[in-house]
Amino acid sequence: MRTRGNGTVGGAGRRVAAGLTALAVLALGGCSAMPTLPLTPWVKPYEREHFADPVMAQNRDPVSSVYFEHVWESREGSRGATGAVGGGCGCN
Amino acid sequence: MQLTGIRGAHRWLRLSSFARTLLALCLITAPVIGGVLPEDRADAMWHSYSGGDITVDGPSVLVRKKVGDNLSFTANYYEDMISSASIDVKLSASPYKETRRQYSGGVEYLHGKSTYSAGYIYSNEPDYKANTAFVSVSQDMFGDLTTVTLGYRQGWDQVFRDIKTSGGDIINDPTFHEHADHRGYSLEISQILTRNTIANFNYELLTDQGYLANPYRKIRYLSPGEGNGYTLADQVYPNTRTSHAASVSVKHYLSWRAAVTGEYRYFQDTWGIRGHTLEADYTQPWHQFTFDVLLRYYTQNEADFYSDLFPRADYQNFMARDRELASFYDWTIGGGGAYQFRRLSWAPWVSKSSLNFHYQHLMIDYRNFRNALLAPEYGAGNEPLYKLNANVWTLFFSIWY
Repeated sequence: MRTRGNGTVGGAGRRVAAGLTALAVLALGGCSAMPTLPLTPWVKPYEREHFADPVMAQNRDPVSSVYFEHVWESREGSRGATGAVGGGCGCN
Repeated sequence: MQLTGIRGAHRWLRLSSFARTLLALCLITAPVIGGVLPEDRADAMWHSYSGGDITVDGPSVLVRKKVGDNLSFTANYYEDMISSASIDVKLSASPYKETRRQYSGGVEYLHGKSTYSAGYIYSNEPDYKANTAFVSVSQDMFGDLTTVTLGYRQGWDQVFRDIKTSGGDIINDPTFHEHADHRGYSLEISQILTRNTIANFNYELLTDQGYLANPYRKIRYLSPGEGNGYTLADQVYPNTRTSHAASVSVKHYLSWRAAVTGEYRYFQDTWGIRGHTLEADYTQPWHQFTFDVLLRYYTQNEADFYSDLFPRADYQNFMARDRELASFYDWTIGGGGAYQFRRLSWAPWVSKSSLNFHYQHLMIDYRNFRNALLAPEYGAGNEPLYKLNANVWTLFFSIWY
């Protein structure tokens, strides 16, 4: 018998959930510690005008891009991590 | 009552029912940017897919509106009108038409450098109903060079199977009612690298539990001397699946006001599928137009329990012949354009508007999924490998207000 794939879901999910929770605590609660780090932001706010340009939008037309992702996910075995959500640009 | 499966393998969307709701969540929460709420905007779109004797058309309407300085609401209506006579349908069932309707809503709350989002989606079609809820939190940090987003989602699906009665009516099979539950965990990190370059990292864990098979599709196994040399039988899927996907993309601003993007995604799951996706995009504005071109490559190996033709009945405990679980690769080439109108004199409340058209051509080459319809000519297991070409386009009008 060469099949597999009936693995436990809850175990992996709980481990990842715990990891993400820990990361959330670090990310959301530890921000105040950032200024003490030796690494400082290297792109100043006034140097970020290109990220406000629509051509640099992570997801310029979500109604259309989500549809094309939808087509691929319907035809392919892979799913997730498409980046369709878009990311921050700090351009405000 | 004559219980006859009427759809057979259609479900152009069934395999990824949860994934599609995840995408819808992307729609109603995008673009979630820490510290910035989405613009007030409305889109009215018509979409079309045509390939492999399947056509899927329908509208989608998306509306976003801020209330005050900290709240933003999003609503989306999406519809698929499906007409299918695909190779799977021809093999084991009859052509069909059906409509899927999806309603989704979301809210985002901005507080300092944090954005909290929540959404809900309801999808309804005659033999599949799906409910999905979603929450996420996004945080700007490191001088706003970095944005971290964490998300969680959960879905509850009900699976039915349509049958045709002796009177010709189509009803849900009263003996078949299954459930499938889904959970998803996501992490996204967006990082400004230079004054012209931004990178995104995405990770997503998805777990499914319940009835995950397509109740219409069939496997086939060798039956020498009988019919076309094979016999059809029901698929048997595992009732759990866990998948991991991680992607990295880099977007760069070019000095002549254009943008180029490169992206790679790795995927693996407990069914034995490994997938790789490579994509490159280029955006070029010109006067009131904006043009896009895209090239994408995808490859995957087959699931552990996939076979185009099993040696015999009950060969192993899990058996599938869904071509989405086969080994294949595909290419997508695409392009599009947007024309931005000047101020509309008849609608002074509209600050900006555009008409947009995007087109993609998808070419799939299966490595171990054969055209079983040609078995009488070539013999079972010797048929030519199947290929799929599809044309996909969207036409939409957008306004900002």
